[in-house]
Amino acid sequence: MAIVSMGGTEYNASLQMIEDVKVGDYILLHTGFAIQKIDEEEAKEIFKLFDELEVINQQIDEEEKGKKVV
Amino acid sequence: MKYIDEYRNKDLAKRILKEIKAISVKNISLMEVCGGHTTAIHKFGIPSLLPDTIKLLSGPGCPVCVSSKRFIDQSIAYSRLKDVIITTYGDLIRVPGSTSSLRQEIGTGADIRIVFSILDALTIAKDNPDKKVVFIGIGFETTAPSSAAGIINAAKEKIENFYLYSSHKIMPPPMKALIDEGVKINGYIAPGHVSTITGSGIYSDISEKYGLSCVISGFEPLDLLQSIYMLVKQIEDGTPKVEIQYSRAVKPQGNRKALAMMDEVFDLRDDWWRGLGILKDSGLTLKDKYSSFDAEKMIQVDVEETADDKGCICGEILKGLKSPKDCKLFDTVCTPTNPVGACMVSHEGACHAHYRYSRNG
Ligand code: SF4
Repeated sequence: MAIVSMGGTEYNASLQMIEDVKVGDYILLHTGFAIQKIDEEEAKEIFKLFDELEVINQQIDEEEKGKKVV
Repeated sequence: MKYIDEYRNKDLAKRILKEIKAISVKNISLMEVCGGHTTAIHKFGIPSLLPDTIKLLSGPGCPVCVSSKRFIDQSIAYSRLKDVIITTYGDLIRVPGSTSSLRQEIGTGADIRIVFSILDALTIAKDNPDKKVVFIGIGFETTAPSSAAGIINAAKEKIENFYLYSSHKIMPPPMKALIDEGVKINGYIAPGHVSTITGSGIYSDISEKYGLSCVISGFEPLDLLQSIYMLVKQIEDGTPKVEIQYSRAVKPQGNRKALAMMDEVFDLRDDWWRGLGILKDSGLTLKDKYSSFDAEKMIQVDVEETADDKGCICGEILKGLKSPKDCKLFDTVCTPTNPVGACMVSHEGACHAHYRYSRNG
């Protein structure tokens, strides 16, 4: 068992279902069990996508501007 | 809060919405299978943000909603036995059975305790050796492993007065059944927490055999919008496949330890789903070697005859064929304080989500 904090409240959680977990890790808690460790690297992936989208969005903006001029 | 606030960033949401609008040409329907997604989608008002080309449908992924009235009636029958303590998760006690509900039974003296985890139910069993403690196990692959762990622990600790009444079900069969029935869906927003346990392989049939796109999504606004973007892209490109958006919590191989526990404890059985009827190998029952923990085998009860659902169209809603607003009882006779059907009781139910967040679109 381990103590987990959720929004400032502390709960007991069973670690029976996950491996290699250490103090300070973020976990997904479901019905009293930690069911997965949150992967920090993957958590950042989504923001990379937004950087890519930003480039596409700018292109769209520019195309639209272009259209208006014509 | 970490891993929450950053996924609610409005500027980023606007950016991705713009991109969705730019690539979406075909008229499509996407189904969110999981009740947690239904709640999040309505809470954040996502339908009203999307272009008219994209329609979102709620699916059969709210455990309380798909379970049968007979299951509730049998739980009530257990609760009426003098030597039984019922333990269960909160939502279930308010679900109407044929003539009563577990909550009503508390009023007439039944010992029913709401627990956060099956582990609490085990403690109650240890503290009450002269009683039979029945845990009502409900939920999909996310929750079934905890019930499995509970049974493994009960066997190890030789707790002889503990029983599971299992209504656990697994997700892929209803997703396939809906397509077989001809419900018009172009892609699935596949369940995030179920997939945390199972991995992404359980959906490969859906993309390979049925040609439908599947994206496993997280539960925050940016997660859902990104998943919708990925689905639209797959559909516009004509390349159906299974993708994981919720990669911070879902690995392709799932959670092997949890899967091994489920495998140790449960066998598949045919099970009944509201709206879909009996689906082959869609439910979980205890293996014979754990039958001494099986409430169905060990505790005999008479169950009343199942009454019809009067006017409730939950079944149609769970198939994405109707919306809660099509139900005559919605917000008139049926409300969260006075629910007629299970879809209004559960926080994950489509009727409950529409009632609570209808102003959000
Ligand atoms: S509004 Fe109530 S009665 Fe109507 S479908 Fe939903 S749960 Fe059933």
